[in-house]
Amino acid sequence: MTTQLMTGNEAVARACYEAGVKLVSSYPGTPSTEITENVAKYDEVYAEWAPNEKVALEVAIGASIIGARSLAAMKHVGLNVAADPLFTIAYGGVNGGLVVVSADDPGMHSSQNEQDNRLMGRAAGVPVLEPSHSAEALEFTKTAFSLSERFDMPFIIRLTTRTAHASSLVSLSERQEKPLIPYKKNEKKFVMMPAHARPRHLDLEERLASFMAYVEGCGLNRIEWRDKKIGVICSGAVYNYVKEALPCASILKIGVSYPLPARMFKEFAAGVRKLYVIEELEPMMEQFACSLGIKCQGKELFSKAGEIMPWDIAAKIGGKEQAPLSIPADIPARPPVMCAGCPHRGLFYLLGKHKLVVSGDIGCYTLACSPPLSAMDTTICMGASIGVAHGMEKAAGGDISKHTVAVLGESTFLHSGMTGLLNVVYNQSKVTTIILDNSITAMTGHQHNPASGKNAKGQPAPAVNFEQLCRAIGVQKVLVADPYDLTATEAALQECLDFDGPAVLITRRPCALLVKELPAAPLVVDNKNCTGCKACLKLGCPALGINAEGKAFIEQSQCVRCGLCAEVCRFDAITKGAAQ
Amino acid sequence: MTGVNNIIIVGVGGQGTILASRILAEVAIAGGYQVKISEIHGMSQRGGSVMTQLRFADEVFSPVIEPAMADIMLSFEMLEALRALPYLKAGGKLIVSNQELMPMPVITGVAKYPTDIAERLLSVVPDGQIVDALTLAKTAGTVKAANVVLLGMLSNLLNFDQNFWLEAIRKCVKPKTVDINLKAFALGRG
Repeated sequence: MTTQLMTGNEAVARACYEAGVKLVSSYPGTPSTEITENVAKYDEVYAEWAPNEKVALEVAIGASIIGARSLAAMKHVGLNVAADPLFTIAYGGVNGGLVVVSADDPGMHSSQNEQDNRLMGRAAGVPVLEPSHSAEALEFTKTAFSLSERFDMPFIIRLTTRTAHASSLVSLSERQEKPLIPYKKNEKKFVMMPAHARPRHLDLEERLASFMAYVEGCGLNRIEWRDKKIGVICSGAVYNYVKEALPCASILKIGVSYPLPARMFKEFAAGVRKLYVIEELEPMMEQFACSLGIKCQGKELFSKAGEIMPWDIAAKIGGKEQAPLSIPADIPARPPVMCAGCPHRGLFYLLGKHKLVVSGDIGCYTLACSPPLSAMDTTICMGASIGVAHGMEKAAGGDISKHTVAVLGESTFLHSGMTGLLNVVYNQSKVTTIILDNSITAMTGHQHNPASGKNAKGQPAPAVNFEQLCRAIGVQKVLVADPYDLTATEAALQECLDFDGPAVLITRRPCALLVKELPAAPLVVDNKNCTGCKACLKLGCPALGINAEGKAFIEQSQCVRCGLCAEVCRFDAITKGAAQ
Repeated sequence: MTGVNNIIIVGVGGQGTILASRILAEVAIAGGYQVKISEIHGMSQRGGSVMTQLRFADEVFSPVIEPAMADIMLSFEMLEALRALPYLKAGGKLIVSNQELMPMPVITGVAKYPTDIAERLLSVVPDGQIVDALTLAKTAGTVKAANVVLLGMLSNLLNFDQNFWLEAIRKCVKPKTVDINLKAFALGRG
């Protein structure tokens, strides 16, 4: 048997291959992105990037109804976007096996909140399986497909950052082709109008009850009896930490986080002297234990916020002292920054210079919030920038639109910004929307999108025309500027702000990380002209600095020769050197 | 070897810490061990501090390494070595590239890049190795191979057959760069 080191995400992708999955549709989002990136490498599986998670899940549902095994992968907040189809397909059920992966992010390594999507499964009536490591990620995903078909229900695979991005060994098997399950028209199952939905809700409760009976005896949950003085109920990544921190404790390892196994909870609780429930985020298992009358400790020891680490468990239950990690105060932080040559930099420099209120959005450009650019006022969720700016204007009135802008990347605009722009036009505010078009979904690691001209497999695909799209929505002022050209961008920005109606400014330049060829001439600092005024440092470029003599310097190994620093220098101290 | 071997690799997003951890993992697997790696992608890619944790033993449960429990730290940058130093256990080994990359608070002048990093590292780890990995990598063919130079040095601290390392490099790096990386490894191993 072949074994291979895989991340949890790679293992889920492998499971799609082995389980005969025909279709995967997803929207990128850390920590879920690599699932679909890796599926796209298998010729046998159709993989695509959808414009958002709702569309992705609807596509997977269509594939399931026609009889294929299908999957949609997303980050936890993506499941909010896809919640609408999820909650209703739970009533309808499936034809081919249907699996949704929710990659949650306790500790918010890369997210705007840390919601616990085990609760989404419970709210929707959709079973949730939770693997602890990569081998289980593969096994549970394959199991989810067969259980989905057996119990006529979609399944959620819940990963967290520490299972999605941790690597461990996985045993590989061959692909088992799954012919389409024949499609039969069944409007009572798949047309969810009230007269059909009412009996389907009752049917869902019956399906859940029969799955609950199955869960009690299935191998996905298991009791590991060791010393019975201490018992721990846990799941997912936390299971690994409990094994590490409390090697002698008995464990009820939960693999099915919804619905939970009442009989096993009672049996385990009766067998141990002191019971703990250790779970990140919400006290879902703890409250279930309490509802069964089981005495246990959980959230009184472990916070609802952030991750739990093995040494937290060793300290709080094992009694092992843990010295706090002390990093000397004089070590400067190293926050993530916009890359050298990032095409977003010039625009945010201008927004800061004009002291505009910036309704921001989700993407690399959210980094413009940090000093020295400090050019963002709000970031809520994907696509929110336009609606938030519109709401500000409608509530405050006056000439607020003259100094307020909504800013979002082209992928975020296509994800859920278009409807916000339609609202601006329809309800007649004068919001200026700036679409940062770098032709790629950059933050998550450069995935293609409907504007990039390629699909998930890297093949040519139509690219949306933003100018035509915005005009079709009803925006009369649509301008395009190159954000490397500060003068032109500033003029276009002013024209949009002055326009008596909704306006769109598209700043267009490919992501600097994807540009292979640099301009021939490097940028150099002329020390005679440099006054050390530090105006260039306001750009927040990682390739710029001040040397010991108080003069600007350019770190050539990082500089991509975009020329912004030369544009903002009032003393002509930064110029093109000899071509190389 | 008994017990779990804990190795942390730190640097700045984009320096190749993840590739280095993959190569090391393949070596440990070839040596018959179970391996777990924990890494964080996403925001940290954009020039922020990054840390990859790798553990190998006959059986490994947690993929994360407790502070003050790392046996070896490999750092691609001076300041990041100092930041992660509390992860190293007493008597742990240290290999650091002498590259210095200025973080944004230093560039904007609100913080200073410490000038005594080498002294501070060596006062805690007297046998720590601070090396000009970039120059060695350049000799091999590209500064991008600095990560593999450091792996070459690491190979002297771990008891694995040299062939495991060469095979792992061939398996993990882009086919075009195999020769350069093998050379970088040899230069690091010395």
